[in-house]
Amino acid sequence: MNFMASKQPENSLLGPESDSQRTLYPYVTGTSVVALKYKDGILMAADMGGSYGSTLRYKNVERMKAIGKHSLLGASGEISDFQEILRYLDELILYDNMWDDGNSLGPKEVHNYLTRVMYNRRNKFNPLWNSLVLGGIKNGQKYLGTVSMIGVNFEDNHVATGFGNHLARPILRQEWHENLSFEDGVRLLEKCMRVLLYRDRSAINKLQIAKITEEGMTISQPYSLKTYWEFSAFENPTQGAVGSW
Amino acid sequence: MDLNMDLNAPHSMGTTIIGVTYNGGVVLGADSRTSTGMYVANRASDKITQLTDNVYVCRSGSAADSQLVSDYVRYFLHQHTIQLGQPATVKVAANLIRLISYNNKNMLETGLIVGGWDKYEGGKIYGIPLGGTLIEQPFAIGGSGSSYLYGFFDQAWKEGMTKDEAEQLVVKAVSLAIARDGASGGVVRTVVINSEGVTRNFYPGDKLQLWHEELEPQNSLLDILNSPSPEPMNI
Repeated sequence: MNFMASKQPENSLLGPESDSQRTLYPYVTGTSVVALKYKDGILMAADMGGSYGSTLRYKNVERMKAIGKHSLLGASGEISDFQEILRYLDELILYDNMWDDGNSLGPKEVHNYLTRVMYNRRNKFNPLWNSLVLGGIKNGQKYLGTVSMIGVNFEDNHVATGFGNHLARPILRQEWHENLSFEDGVRLLEKCMRVLLYRDRSAINKLQIAKITEEGMTISQPYSLKTYWEFSAFENPTQGAVGSW
Repeated sequence: MDLNMDLNAPHSMGTTIIGVTYNGGVVLGADSRTSTGMYVANRASDKITQLTDNVYVCRSGSAADSQLVSDYVRYFLHQHTIQLGQPATVKVAANLIRLISYNNKNMLETGLIVGGWDKYEGGKIYGIPLGGTLIEQPFAIGGSGSSYLYGFFDQAWKEGMTKDEAEQLVVKAVSLAIARDGASGGVVRTVVINSEGVTRNFYPGDKLQLWHEELEPQNSLLDILNSPSPEPMNI
């Protein structure tokens, strides 16, 4: 029986692809991740939604995970690819621990590893369909970086993926400053997440905020944000212009 | 998910719209999200538009197309009302919508639900989907969010509801659709039309019932962290 043999056109430059599979388009996706450096380390926020096209199908997806002792990884994009990345990193950390030499991979090294993985997959036209945020702190040095599905990578004081780049980064550019307290950092992230909730179609109102410091990583319980709808302009917007929106 | 969609297949539109008859009139309901791609361009839109004093229409699909169609129909109905010397019937309004939708079917992308009250037939709901079919129904649902409501209405719809029952049904349904449809969101707007007149209602997003896996909204994580721990239990 022949299950849908993959057809290559005669002039294909793609090489043999009889057995390999590739992610052509994402199925179950997570939306924005937003993160910033603060006084004691890194704060990162992401909602718990897994969308299936335009359906908000899964509402309990944890999109941020601890990596080793010093790093925190947040992902948007295809969830199955994120789970695969976690498997790769699991192996990486395992081998690191097996050296048993007192040294452990820091966030900078993990970010570099991820960058290589993402870029190499991109070169083979078989990308991992994610945008990743990698944050952490080791020996007092804070680190916050990001990698996209095509291997674009950089580090900054605050980063975001997807819609977060358009909606959250401008807020962070205005209001972020060195040595934010934990409370101020949380409030700033919540401000960003609230805007994303209003304006991103794939956002859901259930999020977690994760913190990583020299002591370790903690991730908050899932919670929802209050939203504001009581502007008088919202109550009867078309009173003066019947038929408009 | 096939990115090369068949352009001739009917495709769902970003919105949830509902029209329901009850034992004295109709209740129309809609969400308030207008999106351009994945961006929410307007989170408090008004998708329930007036055609005459006694007939309203719920709009879905292309914002531009639905606005133009309703603008034309409002214009024709106004003239018709003057000529007739009395309020237009819901059936006439619905047929004018159908005429425009059908005769321009290749160019328009809008699904509409017409609802109203007149002295001859009482409360009536007409669904006019893509293509311009006119179909009179005891209740109608439309827009992309409606996919999530077919099962709900099969179970919850009853003939001869009261005004409050009908309105609660509509609010519950739009709220359920908002929970699962990314293209629907914001507030729930309803319009109740009967012999006494028209009432507009507004249910903000934070006042709606919570569904599965949804949590009570908080001001901030800091409030949760600073709240006192629960007392240990005594068995």
